[in-house]
Amino acid sequence: MANIFIYPSNSLILYDLVERFGHKPLAVMQEIRKKVTTAGIDSPPLNITPEDPKIGLKYAAVEVPAGVRGRMSLLDPLLEGAEAAILVEDAPIGFGCMGCQRTSELVGFLIRAKQVPILELDYPTSDDAAKDFVYRISEFLKGLKGTEEAKNE
Amino acid sequence: MSEIEVAQISCGSEYTGIQGEIESAAERVGAKIIFPDIDLEEVESAEAKFGLKVTSPDLKLMLARAISVVEGHTTADAVFIGTCFRCAEGALVRNEIRRYIHEKSGLPVISYSYTERTTADTLLTRMEALTTIAKRRSLLARETQTGLTAGIDSGSTTTKAVVMENNRILGFGWVGSTDVLKSAEEAYSIALEESGVERDAVQALGVTGYGRFLLGKPFNADLVQEEITVNSKGAVYLADRQKGAATVIDIGGMDNKAISVHDGIPGIFTMGGICAGASGRFLEMTAKRLGVDITELGKLALAGDASNISMNSYCIVFGIQSLVNSLSKGARHEDVAAAACYSVAEQVFEQQLQEIEVREPVIMVGGTALIEGLPHAMHELLQAEVIVPPHAQLIGAVGSALLSSGFIEK
Repeated sequence: MANIFIYPSNSLILYDLVERFGHKPLAVMQEIRKKVTTAGIDSPPLNITPEDPKIGLKYAAVEVPAGVRGRMSLLDPLLEGAEAAILVEDAPIGFGCMGCQRTSELVGFLIRAKQVPILELDYPTSDDAAKDFVYRISEFLKGLKGTEEAKNE
Repeated sequence: MSEIEVAQISCGSEYTGIQGEIESAAERVGAKIIFPDIDLEEVESAEAKFGLKVTSPDLKLMLARAISVVEGHTTADAVFIGTCFRCAEGALVRNEIRRYIHEKSGLPVISYSYTERTTADTLLTRMEALTTIAKRRSLLARETQTGLTAGIDSGSTTTKAVVMENNRILGFGWVGSTDVLKSAEEAYSIALEESGVERDAVQALGVTGYGRFLLGKPFNADLVQEEITVNSKGAVYLADRQKGAATVIDIGGMDNKAISVHDGIPGIFTMGGICAGASGRFLEMTAKRLGVDITELGKLALAGDASNISMNSYCIVFGIQSLVNSLSKGARHEDVAAAACYSVAEQVFEQQLQEIEVREPVIMVGGTALIEGLPHAMHELLQAEVIVPPHAQLIGAVGSALLSSGFIEK
């Protein structure tokens, strides 16, 4: 089982596909869940506090908008833990989105720079393209070695 | 009184970590933040409907929410628009939505660009003004001062007090701000003495400015009100431009206000409080460096030519450095004074007036309006009629006295 970074990072469809093929999806919902279930912090609605954009300084300097840096602080554990990635370009909002295009650009760059196996796809616009989309994801996921397998080699 | 509903149209506030601060500021002035309810189709069609293409999905959501407010699918009393500071795409959307809502709905609207350091205190005055405009229109409709009333404006640099009777200023006090209560007491005592009026005879009192919350109880104030609505009323009253459009510019010691008003009621306004180089403080420092009293700086500036001086920075420190360098090269004091005034006016023009609709006449108020070079520089920049009303420095105190006369008739 490998840790698969997905983008859009809140895409339920990608999350489901990764799980079906026995890998662990890394999605932003997990990080938000940690935030909102942490006792003692009350910064509605996501429990992101003004301290979080400072964590995001790891990825972007202070002249980058705080909203980008706050998002990056949420994505930090996902980027750190990624062993492979599936990136879908030009997806409609309903498929998943992080809300901010600048964050998307930075995340795309960072995950590519990590030099892990990456599958990059365009969002399908026809039935045939959708079948091919799922097929390519399944082949990519089947071909990945999990963390344990890689260690044993 | 029912709660004022403020529709929030924003991008990034929850990820910046300051959404709670926005809601706290609203709650402190008796308002509630609401979010226009939008479905996915509306978000996807918003760009075409609004006529602006954007790449960030949250900005598309902002467009959809703005359309919902304007088309009446969302009912709100006022609108707060916010995007992240330093986001260019966000700034474009914020400005266009502000304009769109103001023109199409007539709702009071404020816009703000936040960082993770934005607090409820920073937003409080803006939110207070927004709710006042929404819920107290009858109070703001007042155009004449009646009875014997007084106003105190507790500013960051100076404290002003005025006593008025039946549309006439009887006396005023104007002192430097030190201790909020002591300075207010001093200014008020001077105003009462100059007016020949006993304190007990004053029928109603209004307070405004930074120290307003501290003054409310000790002075038994009938009206405790932020300076955006009060100064707007004071400005159009003293300039005798109560009807129609006007733009009020107040360059203060600690922050600047630019307010687009209609019939004396603010429509769009901005409050800048970050850069000292665009404040009265910069002019004070210039006067000191030139060895003249601040009251003489304006006349000196009128005799100078700002273009003879090279100003490379808007920063108060580097700005003064530029002026000092010019003096060391033999520049005329008049030119330096003119350059300082032009620099302040230019910063306000570039950083604040772009956020509002500048409509003539432009009424400049506050103590800095009396530095003649400053309204002159603003006129040069805007190529518009600039009025400095009599008693321009008393604008907040006069506005308070004017509005508080509404409490006598209760």
